[in-house]
Amino acid sequence: MLDVLNTFIVELRQAGLPVSLTEHVDAAAAITHVDIADRAVFKDVLRATLVKSEDHTAAFDLAFEVFFAPRSLGGEGDEASEDVSGELGDTPPDQTGLRGPGKGMGAGGGSTMSAEELAKMLEDAIRNDDATLRAQVAQQSVARFAGMEPGRPVGGTYYLYRTLRNLELDQLLEQLVEERRSLGGSMTPLQERLARDELGARIDGLKQAIEAEIRRRLVEDRGAEALARSVRKPLPEDIDVMHATRDEMATLQRALRPLSRKLAVRLARKRRHGRKGPLDFRQTVRRSLSTGGVPIDPRYRHPRPAKPEMIVIADISGSVASFARFTLHLVYAISSQFSKVRAFVFVDGIDEVTHFFDHSDDPGAAVSRINTEANVVWIDGHSDYGHAFRSFHERWGKDVNARTSVLILGDARNNYHASESWVIADLQARARHVYWLNPEPSSYWGSGDSIVGEYAPHCDRVVEVRTLRQLEQFVGELA
Amino acid sequence: MSSKPATPRFDSPQQVADELAAVDYLSDHAIASTVFLSDRLQKPVLVEGPAGTGKTQLAKSVAELTGARLIRLQCYEGLDESKALYEWNYRKQLLRIQASQVGTGEGSLDWNELEEDIFDESFLLTRPLLEAIRAEDPVVLLIDEVDRVELETEALMLEILSEYQVSIPELGTVKAKQIPMVFLTSNNTRELSEALKRRCLFLHVGYPDVERERLIVETRVPGISQELAEQVAQIVRTLRSMDLKKVPSVSETIDWAQTLVVLGKDSISEEDTIATLHVLLKYQSDIERATAELTGTRR
Repeated sequence: MLDVLNTFIVELRQAGLPVSLTEHVDAAAAITHVDIADRAVFKDVLRATLVKSEDHTAAFDLAFEVFFAPRSLGGEGDEASEDVSGELGDTPPDQTGLRGPGKGMGAGGGSTMSAEELAKMLEDAIRNDDATLRAQVAQQSVARFAGMEPGRPVGGTYYLYRTLRNLELDQLLEQLVEERRSLGGSMTPLQERLARDELGARIDGLKQAIEAEIRRRLVEDRGAEALARSVRKPLPEDIDVMHATRDEMATLQRALRPLSRKLAVRLARKRRHGRKGPLDFRQTVRRSLSTGGVPIDPRYRHPRPAKPEMIVIADISGSVASFARFTLHLVYAISSQFSKVRAFVFVDGIDEVTHFFDHSDDPGAAVSRINTEANVVWIDGHSDYGHAFRSFHERWGKDVNARTSVLILGDARNNYHASESWVIADLQARARHVYWLNPEPSSYWGSGDSIVGEYAPHCDRVVEVRTLRQLEQFVGELA
Repeated sequence: MSSKPATPRFDSPQQVADELAAVDYLSDHAIASTVFLSDRLQKPVLVEGPAGTGKTQLAKSVAELTGARLIRLQCYEGLDESKALYEWNYRKQLLRIQASQVGTGEGSLDWNELEEDIFDESFLLTRPLLEAIRAEDPVVLLIDEVDRVELETEALMLEILSEYQVSIPELGTVKAKQIPMVFLTSNNTRELSEALKRRCLFLHVGYPDVERERLIVETRVPGISQELAEQVAQIVRTLRSMDLKKVPSVSETIDWAQTLVVLGKDSISEEDTIATLHVLLKYQSDIERATAELTGTRR
């Protein structure tokens, strides 16, 4: 068992979870106290000892499902106590089998059920919320539709997609909602919504069962460690913003709200506690009365340092658009930490977008308006940093003063236009700070048409910001 | 780390769940297993999750079911050693010094003697953490909203959390007479230090699923009809799936259910829902959005 735990922890570390030696020891001690045949408890125990942040739970769950996949589906449903025997990967698959499920991988032909029977079973499983039936449906449909081929180094997303496509769950949802409507006479919109959500939740349950079934077969095929490598996903804070897929982008958006709240708290705290104000003489004397006139407990005034002004200039051309949106969102989410925030976006022309944010309490909505309404194209809609900076200097250059921090977002891929780096030099002379955030890995800087090297001497710092973690760190240092 | 063989309080996670249910706290298997493990491993539990999901209540309920006294340290910014651990009662010490001078006339009392005297336990003001360590009776220590203190203050708690002892320079080390159960809660407004997390078991308490929420409503709101409890749980789930600024927490669900019971409802209609949404949602923009979605005017 300890060996399995060991490889499991190695996998967690590979996935980016910081599991320390102490935690490893705790986990080993913990599993001696519980009945490890009870899979749910076993999982809770490992999670409590090994995972110390909610953001990491998803990665843990995935690894756990792979390493301690239930061996066979008994009739009790997927959460029922499964035997978690220690030896993973070397025991032959012992499928007890329900009504002749496909043996092992890809044996769809072994299925004895017709398509109609399966559809009927699926319908019943969802309608009656029947866990036993649901497990059977999952098993049957994977055997039938997934078309799994042994030995292929995949994570199973494709199999899942194939299975779900064949089950036509959306249609089933509509059908069942319709059925309820006709059953109860008429439905208010509220009732319909509730029925829809309830059925939706059951269908999600089925999807999870199918996913687990696919994973179980993959583990049988290739062993836990190999599969874990294929299904491993980066933690939310390590996703590369520039190349994020749609799902990853959604994960990032979700991570953004707690992150901005954390940053705001941290910055506010730093501002209050960073320095001690001058001695508050009156209070100190007042306090000293209780110690017989001895000023044991000196009091200080609260410091009130001025908040910086912020000007954000963001490239929103195709290649870096998601990064710019993201950073603008974050900056506005913590805008209470700045006395003023102004935002400018450019491609080859430049436009001010501050007013989009002014009357909206939802930065996300404002950011999406930028895409449709900002006037940023001058000639051809290819990035031209030089022209954009020159226009900025002509129109708003005088607004930059010693209290302003200028934040420039972009990859400095200028399509071989003139750099006009004197603008940045001039801004640096007048502003408090000029920072450049580049979403490209620093090894790419200066390659091809990237001219970040020409601007860099005029910036206080040029920072590589590819992930949330780096962005958080930078913003934290900023204020 | 402690060498003391303590008798475990629970036999199995299931027993924890049952006993918690007996004091009207409905746990799920993660909560029960973690509490069970915390007792067996003698480690504190760090409970994290959104506000209003019963994190503090968990500690209170555990105290209730084990018949222990609850000692609570409410954390806030600027909390320091003298408020969390202990403080020398320096006013009393000053008086003691003055009294000794007055008593002998020329102040001949030996300084060493006096020093020993004024750093005696009777001049010590115990604060929650030290109190939990020194308690003779069984206690449950609750360190509430630990994310509110500064990073440096967190370090104060490390000795207690791993060794169950407090070092006082003038007195030596005070060891716990019995290992208390310790709960720390956090609303996750900042990242806690690695050192603190490493010493704790981690438990995330999220929003419950429909079934558990219905049971919670039924236990917490006496006199509610089954139908109403179910509807309440379902509507709250639907609300949580919407993109709202602040989704309803469990405590708000309970408030809402109570409101409906007071209004004498056995089941809830669309109008009732809309009319009482303000109990669940705290932003006008949220209420408008939810109203629109629930009545199907936007879709």
